[in-house]
Amino acid sequence: MRQIAIYGKGGIGKSTTTQNTVAALAEAGKKVLVVGCDPKADSTRLLLHGLNQKTVLDTLRDEGEDIDLEDIMRLGFGNTRCVESGGPEPGVGCAGRGIITSISMLESLGAYTDDLDYVFYDVLGDVVCGGFAMPIREGKAREIYIVASGEMMAMYAANNICKGIKKFADTGGVRLGGIICNSRKVDNEYELLKAFAEELGSQLIHFVPRDNIVQRAEINKKTVIDYDPRAKQADEYRTLAKNIDENQMFVIPKPMSQDRLEELMMSYGILD
Amino acid sequence: MAVNEKALEEILNKYPAKVKRNRKKHIVIRDASQGHQEIEANTRTVPGIITNRGCAFAGCKGVVLGPLKDVVHIVHGPIGCAYYSWLTRRNKAKSEDPKKNFLTYCVSTDMQEKDIVFGGEKKLARMIDEVVEIFKPNAITISATCPVGLIGDDIQAVARAAREKHGINITAYNCEGYKGVSQSAGHHIANNGLMEHVIGEGDWEEPPGKYTINILGEYNIGGDSWELERILKDIGYHVQAVMTGNGSYEDLKNAHVAQLNLVQCHRSINYIASMLETKYGTPWLKVNFIGIRSTIESLRNMALYFGDPELIKRTEEVIARELAVIEPQLEPYRKICAGKTAFCFVGGSRGHHYQGLYEELGIKTVLAGYEFAHRDDYEGRDVLPYIKPDADSKNIPDLHVTPDERRYRLKIPKEKMEELKEKLPLCHYKGMIPDMKDGSVIVDDLNHYETEEFIKVLKPDIFSSGIKDKYIPYKMGIPSKQLHNYDYSGPYYCFRGAVNFARDICMSFTSPTWNFAVPPWKDRPLLEGTIAECAAGETCAG
Repeated sequence: MRQIAIYGKGGIGKSTTTQNTVAALAEAGKKVLVVGCDPKADSTRLLLHGLNQKTVLDTLRDEGEDIDLEDIMRLGFGNTRCVESGGPEPGVGCAGRGIITSISMLESLGAYTDDLDYVFYDVLGDVVCGGFAMPIREGKAREIYIVASGEMMAMYAANNICKGIKKFADTGGVRLGGIICNSRKVDNEYELLKAFAEELGSQLIHFVPRDNIVQRAEINKKTVIDYDPRAKQADEYRTLAKNIDENQMFVIPKPMSQDRLEELMMSYGILD
Repeated sequence: MAVNEKALEEILNKYPAKVKRNRKKHIVIRDASQGHQEIEANTRTVPGIITNRGCAFAGCKGVVLGPLKDVVHIVHGPIGCAYYSWLTRRNKAKSEDPKKNFLTYCVSTDMQEKDIVFGGEKKLARMIDEVVEIFKPNAITISATCPVGLIGDDIQAVARAAREKHGINITAYNCEGYKGVSQSAGHHIANNGLMEHVIGEGDWEEPPGKYTINILGEYNIGGDSWELERILKDIGYHVQAVMTGNGSYEDLKNAHVAQLNLVQCHRSINYIASMLETKYGTPWLKVNFIGIRSTIESLRNMALYFGDPELIKRTEEVIARELAVIEPQLEPYRKICAGKTAFCFVGGSRGHHYQGLYEELGIKTVLAGYEFAHRDDYEGRDVLPYIKPDADSKNIPDLHVTPDERRYRLKIPKEKMEELKEKLPLCHYKGMIPDMKDGSVIVDDLNHYETEEFIKVLKPDIFSSGIKDKYIPYKMGIPSKQLHNYDYSGPYYCFRGAVNFARDICMSFTSPTWNFAVPPWKDRPLLEGTIAECAAGETCAG
């Protein structure tokens, strides 16, 4: 069982990319569990065709400790198993602690069965506190993929996440599997991201071009593969899934200084 | 035996250079010829050092709020903080209405994982409803423990809403343990809350008695304030409120009518003392009812402040009467104590207060210090303008009060006040250092290592401190007396209290226990090892 965590700047398309990739893996016959680690609980919407999932924490709150796996796990597209961790409403409590609680709950309920090929954790925004680092601590997820684009803030966030991975790499054995570019059609984006990934000591595992079909599929509460399996974009996600499935390159990233990051932007970002 | 600079260097040399530089500033060898001696205090303890200090929650709920008896004190947090602050300070209380004494209860929201994740405000609000329904207290306090600050529960808003709903005084204190460098931060937070929301809530405009006073910084440990009140009432004073030993919300809300505030523990309550002076024009007098001489001096100063010949006469009568009772009782104890030496390391005021009593019994204080005091408690309030605020002290908000337009009264004419200030410690505290003898050592935030080292050098006959370091001297064969909670004894206040104290420490001195305790270094080798042959060609090193 490979446990994979997807990180990246807020709004970069982590949940969309994760679910489309998972759909491609499921299509290829893999057994996948998706754990949404975002209090908004929207990490499995496309796989489940809507937000019809009761979160682990809501269930815990309403029904106490005595709950069954069926109460919190739903089957989605291609028989993917879907779980939403959930969390408090904005501005109260501790969402980070919530992630820790719900992953412990999943473990004790036996959600991690041996027949699983993959567990995907879709984690909110940047690594904001210890709770959100939970999937990469204590050897839960051993592989990380960071979703980024050619925009400055996305790369800045990706670099920051690498600092977190480096910290846990020494103690928990987590490794960076690669950078996924979710294109924003920035100038020279492919070259910039490739150089960025290599500077980190990693790789650009796939460049996902921008295509409006993703948006259309989302409105229909579906992944692209589910919505239009023959679309060109569906093949892009199949390639990404294949690259992840065959990936052999797992590294401890070498995050760069702010100056070096800006230098990199300058040398690729300015077209003459 | 005394500590000189060289011996001090040797003790400090065990520290890494940076720690040594830090600790050196917290230790002073008294030398009056140097004039004013500075000491560093109220700064962070070096991580890794075993200190006696407590946390802001301990200072707020445990020390200042906790003793108020007709108030239910809610601890908002996981259960541990409530359990370990449950009546551990021996602050005693009696209520006229037996249904209005809640000190024996331990009331906590007992936050669980769920409350941390989703926030604990609703649970707290529910608990307040329950407390009102079950206990019907005169007031409620809510003290926050660490996680409450981390998850951002708005306990002030909960308290406000509950005050509206139930129509009783409900106050919240953001005294999360991690605030400040010691429990001192919590005293300040509690002072601010009581001043802002409790004192002055009552509708009295005039003092109920001729000589109405408040006693500030007195926590009735082992019944201290009962002994004090017995004497004060005998002389003719009316004690309006005690802050906060055996204290009550009912008395405290009208504390603004007093004509004089006495300050016993300067550290924990000087904020309220100063604010009462600014807001209501009530001066405060630094007193000390530990020790016979300082009790007499305090009583005489009080009488002098009011300036009534009748009161002065009655004061002298009571002093003479009490002295006649205790002098013969003290005599045998003095013989046992004569020529002995003591360490006196306590909180934020007793490190100073007990030195006089020790001296009267013939015991010399060779080392003294405070756990959590500030520089003004060592050097006197004159240094206040020169204490630089740092990130930690700025973290605790200062409450700024202005004169109350309706209630501000000059209690005595200005000129008279200036005249009295020359003679009495009115609105002033000179600190501990000026009272210390040359060659004695003053240590701020004494730690485990220094405790052992100073005991080895100074070989005191008695060690007086608290529960955390009590057993180190025991193991070294030296009697130890807790001056935080008096072990299981007391009261130690005023005249009769002095006899109790003398009796207790003489029991320690004369106990045969120390003849039976053989420390391991007296009958066992300190090093054990074997001698091994070297193989050919090897060198045996180390």
